[in-house]
Amino acid sequence: MLRYALKRLVSLIVSLAVASLVIFFVIEVAPGDPAQFMLGMNAQPDTVAALRAELGLDVPKWERYLNWVGGMLTGDFGTSYTYRTPVADMVADRLWVSLPLAIYALTISTLIAFPAGIYAAARRGRAGDVAVMGATQLGVAIPNFWFAMMLVLVFAINLRWFSAGGFAGWDKGLWAGLHSLTLPAIALALPQAAILARVMRSSLLDILGEDFMRTARAKGLSRRQALWRHGVRNALIPVLTIIGLQFAFLMAGAIIIEQVFYLPGLGRLIFQSISARDLIVVESVVMLLVFAVIVVNFLVDLAYAAVDPRLRSRT
Amino acid sequence: MMTDRQSRDRGQDMTLLSIENLTLSIHGTPILRDVSLSIAPGEIHAVTGESGSGKSMTALAIMQLLPNGAQATGHITLGGTDILTATEAQMCAIRGRDVGMVFQEPMTALNPVKTIGDQVMETILIHKALPPDRARARAAEILARVGLPPDRFPLSRYPHELSGGQRQRVVIAMAIALRPKLLIADEPTTALDVTTQAQILDLLKGLVAEDGMGMLMITHDLAVVADMAHRITVMRTGEVVESASTPDLLANMQHPYTKMLFSASTHRVDLPARPAPTPLLEVRGVTRDYRLPRRHLFRDHGTYRAVSDVSFTIDRGERLGLVGESGCGKSTLTRAILGLEQVQEGQILLGGQPVFTGHRPNLAMRRRMQVVFQDPYGSFNPRHRVERLITEPFHLLPDPPKGVAREEAIAEALKAVGLRPEDAGKYVHEFSGGQRQRIAIARALIIRPDLILFDEAVSALDVSVRAQILDLLADLCRQYDLTYLFISHDVSVVRSVTDRVLVMQAGRIVEQGPTEQVLTNPQHPYTQTLIAAAPVLPDLGAA
Repeated sequence: MLRYALKRLVSLIVSLAVASLVIFFVIEVAPGDPAQFMLGMNAQPDTVAALRAELGLDVPKWERYLNWVGGMLTGDFGTSYTYRTPVADMVADRLWVSLPLAIYALTISTLIAFPAGIYAAARRGRAGDVAVMGATQLGVAIPNFWFAMMLVLVFAINLRWFSAGGFAGWDKGLWAGLHSLTLPAIALALPQAAILARVMRSSLLDILGEDFMRTARAKGLSRRQALWRHGVRNALIPVLTIIGLQFAFLMAGAIIIEQVFYLPGLGRLIFQSISARDLIVVESVVMLLVFAVIVVNFLVDLAYAAVDPRLRSRT
Repeated sequence: MMTDRQSRDRGQDMTLLSIENLTLSIHGTPILRDVSLSIAPGEIHAVTGESGSGKSMTALAIMQLLPNGAQATGHITLGGTDILTATEAQMCAIRGRDVGMVFQEPMTALNPVKTIGDQVMETILIHKALPPDRARARAAEILARVGLPPDRFPLSRYPHELSGGQRQRVVIAMAIALRPKLLIADEPTTALDVTTQAQILDLLKGLVAEDGMGMLMITHDLAVVADMAHRITVMRTGEVVESASTPDLLANMQHPYTKMLFSASTHRVDLPARPAPTPLLEVRGVTRDYRLPRRHLFRDHGTYRAVSDVSFTIDRGERLGLVGESGCGKSTLTRAILGLEQVQEGQILLGGQPVFTGHRPNLAMRRRMQVVFQDPYGSFNPRHRVERLITEPFHLLPDPPKGVAREEAIAEALKAVGLRPEDAGKYVHEFSGGQRQRIAIARALIIRPDLILFDEAVSALDVSVRAQILDLLADLCRQYDLTYLFISHDVSVVRSVTDRVLVMQAGRIVEQGPTEQVLTNPQHPYTQTLIAAAPVLPDLGAA
């Protein structure tokens, strides 16, 4: 198990190194000079040159890459070209919104999807299954921003249980923060829950047809006992894969929901930075997201091994 | 049926399981009709028949684990309980405690994510027979009893760490953990090698004798049950055709179907004499290594030697057999001969030309060989018509026949294997397993190859169908002077259709010679074990 974890860890570090190279150079080759952009089209060439020197844009690319990576390793993400504030502070503020939101949404989605998927699989072809599958079909089909607007209309405007947008901040306490993230988290979670429930159902149905389920019944387990003791854990592998992918999506892809709820999240930050050619912020946020995705995949790999002993011994 | 009635009249105690007039349909399709049989404590009752005879459904009916839509009438009485009227809760209490069941496929019968100890313990815990700490000790005892002592096979092992035979022992341990009155074994050794099969059959026999269990043994292989069952019931298409004590049945078969089954099991074909020897395929010192996954980042990957220094020759017109157990390198050797893989050492020549040149198969040689595989269901594309399936080898030819010549080639190949030219327009799902294997042979024959490889080509077939296919092979030998390599784990089949035989163990040829001589007077200890382990039907003289 330890060897397996170490192997995955090595692959994690290699992935991060490759990703940082790709991100840096892809963004570098994108057209548009940040100094020129900041000073406007009519700026004098020597002013632009001075700003380039100040921003550290005049040294060779390789040196800038190494400076950037070295800085990130020590917590220094550089200074935003547009706002002239440390990128680390900007990102940290946003991360405190996006990360809890993603975890919150994923928790809701898992809590809905697992019971729904297991219920549907256990009642395959019967009314309960048809109802759950119909609901998930809807969940997959409805765009989450429309759903978000409906949530606002019902729970914020009519019932006044939640505020329609904005983020209260964590300094007012955990509850206030969670409260303002609840509607966005639900809006993000439902389509994910629909997909996850379908994966759970089909994965479990595959397992229910396996020989060892019949063996379990021959030992005297009831249908339900066999399902819980032998079915669910075996069905988890594909489900874990999807959960990993969904987390990545929730971190980076929440921009529309952030827009609907006026949340100061990473999605909006990256959008604004791209429009302003604030390349250092874009690089840092993208790198951060890549880091998050790779770490999540690493955790998913560890979870696979925890679920399936065959992976532990394979290495 | 008189004997059954008499034994029942002697009192309930004598009968452990009694099935009376069991009729079963699934979604309206009749599966079983008027099946009656009974088992006394300590008795081994074998139910045999070909696929579709309903033998497995009979077993599942006793367990009440039938597929959805099953409708059963009649009576199944187990130790005084009427199974067909029992509630699901009552059945859960009976399964595992009063009846244990062992299945055919040990590779998939165990949950891959739970330890063997937990899985054996579960039988005990689910029936609340013992508290958890004592259940663990009991599981260890039972595993030791089925031949998996805890010092060598700790309870913490997972199924993937065990071989097929060892897994089947775990399945048996789960089934007998609570000393059930009845043990149902559904083809328990069909998926195992002969030597493993012999060990598992011994184990089952021993358990029945020691515990006084009744055992219902379901098998398609008469030889397996002939020296072990007290009583044999023969089924065909959902009905019992004959049932008698084993000595009676063997000595005095009544029903023509039973007679046919026995004669098909021992079927010997009449091979034509082979022509004067001129070498066709020469295998010289062939070794095939596989790379193992790297165990350590900075250490060299290991290699696994699947075939080791193998040499033999097949003469033109010769029928050569290759026997060995799973994992001995038979399939690797087949792929090497077909030129599908490069070998690390040695040479394979067909008619003096290498089958593999440079880094790819030599197509000129490739078109002179064809192969017939084991699975008549999986080896065809279900969306193509027979005509297209059997002309697949044409793509190997530089100038494949077209138009009328193509039609004639198709018709001839189909006629040669006993099908009709009109069958060319059908899809494979319209054919039975035996017919599909004929199509596979037609596909191999159509380009008139110099050499055909039969890779377990009759292993998946029922005995009666197998006998027909073997006869077909003999016919084809007469018509086309076939040369083939017949690969099988089944010694009796190889005996019947080959002139010479190679015995392979762990990648090496350990013995070779004329088939009859090697199989009746084996020299190598491995060949001796293999032949001793293979179940044989008693010589029935006139039958």
